[in-house]
This record gives sequence, C-alpha cells and structure tokens, in this order.
Amino acid sequence: MYTQALNARDTEAGAVEDADRVAAFQARVDAEEKIEPNDWMPEGYRKTLVRQISQHAHSEIVGMLPEGNWISRAPTLKRKAALLAKVQDEGGHGLYLYSAAETLGVSREELTEQLLSGKAKYSSIFNYPTLTWADIGAIGWLVDGAAIMNQIPLCRCSFGPYSRAMIRVCKEESFHQRQGYELLLEMVRSSEEQKEMVQDALNRWWWPSLMMFGPSDTDSQHSAQSMAWKIKRFTNDELRQKFVDATVPQAHYLGLTIPDDKLSFNEATGHWEFGEIDWDEFMRVIAGNGPCNRERLAARKKAHADGAWVREAAIAYSRKRADRREAARHAAE
Amino acid sequence: MTSDLFTYTLRLADDAAILGQRLGEWCGHAPTLEEDIGLANVALDHIGQARNLYSYAGEVEGAGRDEDQLCFLRKEREFGNCLLVEQPNGDFAQTIARQLFFSAFMLPFWRKLTGSRDETLAAIAAKAEKEAAYHLRHSGEWTIRLGDGTAESRARMQDAIDLLWPYTGELFEVDGVVERLVADGIAVDPETIRDEWHATLRRVCDEATLTLPPVGWMQSGGRSGRHSESFGHLLSEMQYMQRAYPGMRW
Ligand SMILES: [Fe+2]
Ligand SMILES: [Fe+2]
Ligand SMILES: [Fe+2]
Repeated sequence: MYTQALNARDTEAGAVEDADRVAAFQARVDAEEKIEPNDWMPEGYRKTLVRQISQHAHSEIVGMLPEGNWISRAPTLKRKAALLAKVQDEGGHGLYLYSAAETLGVSREELTEQLLSGKAKYSSIFNYPTLTWADIGAIGWLVDGAAIMNQIPLCRCSFGPYSRAMIRVCKEESFHQRQGYELLLEMVRSSEEQKEMVQDALNRWWWPSLMMFGPSDTDSQHSAQSMAWKIKRFTNDELRQKFVDATVPQAHYLGLTIPDDKLSFNEATGHWEFGEIDWDEFMRVIAGNGPCNRERLAARKKAHADGAWVREAAIAYSRKRADRREAARHAAE
Repeated sequence: MTSDLFTYTLRLADDAAILGQRLGEWCGHAPTLEEDIGLANVALDHIGQARNLYSYAGEVEGAGRDEDQLCFLRKEREFGNCLLVEQPNGDFAQTIARQLFFSAFMLPFWRKLTGSRDETLAAIAAKAEKEAAYHLRHSGEWTIRLGDGTAESRARMQDAIDLLWPYTGELFEVDGVVERLVADGIAVDPETIRDEWHATLRRVCDEATLTLPPVGWMQSGGRSGRHSESFGHLLSEMQYMQRAYPGMRW
C-alpha cells in the first residue's frame, strides 16, 4: 500500500444510512467474511476503498518512472532483464488495482484523469530521484520492502477484490525485495567504491522509506474507522516499527550504517528505536514540492498525451470492425 | 571457420540486444498501460535472445569474453547489427513498423535456423521462433489497427513504413561470412525467406489499407560497423556503467 492515509475522511457522505444494514454489514466484517462488489456497503467504506486502491494503483504506475530511469543503463544484461521485468510487474500491479477499483463503480479513465490533474495522490517515495545504480537495489530492498509490510495485512482486507489482488501482488513484491537486496549484496562485496555507492543510496532512501507508512498515529485521522472496517489491520506506527525491526539487521549484514544517530536497540522491548522523521519534508513532498513531483507528473501527462492518437485509433478500429461484422450479418440475412 | 561462426552469432546477438535496448526505452512511457507491459515483454524476449547468443559467441571465440563484455565493452564500429534495429523509437507507429519489418523476417529466419547443423544455434532458434511469432502478431495487429484506425493514425503508420523501408534491404545482405556458413549448412540464406517476408507484409498492409513502398534504394552498413549517428548515443548510454566502473561485479 502506498496510500499514506492522507486525504480528509469522507464518511459523512450524504444520506443517513439504514442502521440495520450498517449493523449487518459490520457483523459480516467482524465475522471476517469477504465483502464482494455487488454486496451492500456503506458509502464511506466504498469511498475509502476507492481512494486507497486508486492511490495504490497510481503509486505503482508513477513508481515505474524512477526505476525505468535505469533500464537503459543497467550494468549487465542479466540486471537489465531483471529490472525491466520488475518495472513490468509494477505496471501489472497497477492494472489489477485499477480493475479492483473498477468493481466499485469508478472507471480507469476517471482515475487516470484524477492522477494527471494532480487531484489524486500517489506515494511520496516516488518523488525522489534515482541517481545511481545502487538506487535500483535500494528501491527493491526498502521501497518494495516497506510496501510488503503494508500489503501483507491487506491480503486479509475485508474487500474481496482488493484482498485477492494483494495476495498476487505481495508474492511479486517480495521477489522484488529479495532481488534488490541481492543486488546490493553483490555490490558491497565487489568493491569499496560500490559499497560507498550503496551507503549513499541508503542515506538518501532511508527516511523517505519510513515516510511511506504515513503520518504518525497521533496525526492520522483514518485509522480507527479503517480498522473497524478491516481495511487496515495495523496502525501506521506499528507497521513502521515492524519495517525498522526487519530492516536494520539487513543493513548491518550489508555492512552499512543507518543514517540515524538516535537509532538504538531496546533490549527490554526487543525493538529498534529510531529518531524523529522530518514531517515537514513529508508534508512538503506530499503537497507537491519534492525533488521530482513535477517531473513525474509531466512524464505521465506526456505519455498520456503522446499516446492519445494511438488509443483513439484502437477505438476507431474496433468500432469499424464491429460495424463491418454487423453489416455482414445483415447482408447474410 | 570459427571466426565466421563468431561473426555471424555476434551479429544476431547485436540485433537482439540493440532492439531490446530501444524497446526498453518505452517502459513507463507507452500509449497505454497494456502496451507498457506488452513492449516490455518484447524487449525482454530480445534481451534473453541476446544473452544466449552473446554467451555462445564468447564460447565460439574462446577468448574468455562473456555476454556482458561482448555487449558492453565493444566500440561502435565493432557492432554488426543491422541499421533497422537501432533506429530511434520515434512515435508508436515507427516502433511498430520497425518491429513488423524485423519480426516478419525473423520468424521464418529462426524457423529455418532450427535446421542448422550448429546445434546451439538451432536450439536458440527454436526458442526464438516462438517469441518471434508473438512479436509478429503484436506488431501486425497494431499495424492494422493504426492503418485502419483514424485518419491521423493511418498517416502516421504510412509515414513510419515509408521512413523505415530503406532499412529492410540489409536484412537480405549476404557477404562472405554468410555465404560460407550457408554452404556449411549452418546459416540461413536470407534469399530463401524473401517471398514469405514480402507476403507477410503485403497481407498486413492490405488489411491495414497501407501501401508497401517499391523496393528502391536501400541503406547499408550496419553489418560492417557503419551505423547511424544516433547509435553512438545509444551505446554511450547502454555501456555507461561498464565504462565508468570497469571490472566490477554487479
Ligand atoms: Fe505495491
Ligand atoms: Fe508493485
Ligand atoms: Fe515491486
């Protein structure tokens, strides 16, 4: 999940809902039943899901850009193929997620429009630049790693299509995560210069990765309702802590230093304690002022505009074909 | 003899690697999400073919060069790919026309190469043939959609065909290397493919309401390392890491 729980909540959507239906719905959710697209659901539930799933889909799509930046420069053919396949997987994730959102009555065109107009959000992480090849490993390890932390609980999400999409996506994300880590391992073992490149990548990607979990629980408006609906299973801070606990030892195994002088292991709790996230930076990037926000949106807009004639041609062709088939049928009658 | 086989295999590897490189440039920028995925598939097939072919070329050469040394550490005049595959992506129509011309040739080419007396080439060809069938279907269907789509798409598709047509002559070039390997039953005589190639293109273009240009003047030079101006830029990007950080493991 790359949704970071940011938009204002919109449970007060119009008409008052029938208390019995709401109660029956909640009982199904409480019983861990899956809600399917044709089932009755509260409007707030539907809206929350559309927002979350579409933000997730947009993140997959925009996320293709920073990694795509290195496809043409991958250092070996094997790495080039692996990176291309990974970016292709992310496109596939975008597709399943748009399809899951469509089951809730919103079209891919509408969602694309929201992304291109800047109305819809996507994960802040993709507004940072990939400066060296080590960034490709760092993204796999940290960004896919953080995504998995978020998404594994979503495999049990109460909404059937989302939970099924997540089961499939998680398998691929964990492959990406291992692949990214293995890439870095090869680099740190190969030479001191490469190890420095990896450390530099960690220095730049660490904090933005922690921001992927969204605002701290004290500032997050969504958690309680999303938890009750079993869309969310853990709070932002819980997930962030799990990520830190899993990742710090992995960094140490690579021989790297986490760029946080407050980082320390608490023997009593068994958790790694870490310093304060720069929430100003987080809010600034979310608001559109990160290093690459404008470039990312411009790249998506350009691809969309440049491809318009192709999409129009495909529609025109399929119409012509249908018309011809129709005409042939009339002629035969 | 060994050196002919090396040159021949390397040319095939270069074709696949350079086309894979070009196609990879689309990823994230294609007209639809489905095409981001579709073009990446085609790119991946070519990169896979390049890996097998470079590895075999290195084996044949016997000088200890692996797939990456052959791909990333040779200079522009040493590359023997045809000019067609290195042509810039242009608009989507140009990418599709390039693929159509190439795959319409490569499908019968690989099919014939499966009968090569060289077992490794025959095995590589068997896998590549299936891939080429998909590439031809993909590019053929798009040619038809664009040709028989809107007035704009038709004009763009026709322009792309006219623009790239002069690069197709090179697919049929035969030099001493090819001649000798054909005589040994190792290589494919491209002349034996011409009719099928032309018939495929005619069928696609007819359905697409497009016109195939007359044979006319053809570009040449790729097989002997005389490339387009854009090719040096492609290499400087593709080879950047291996040049900037020589001798490291990735
Ligand atoms: Fe994801
Ligand atoms: Fe993904
Ligand atoms: Fe991923």
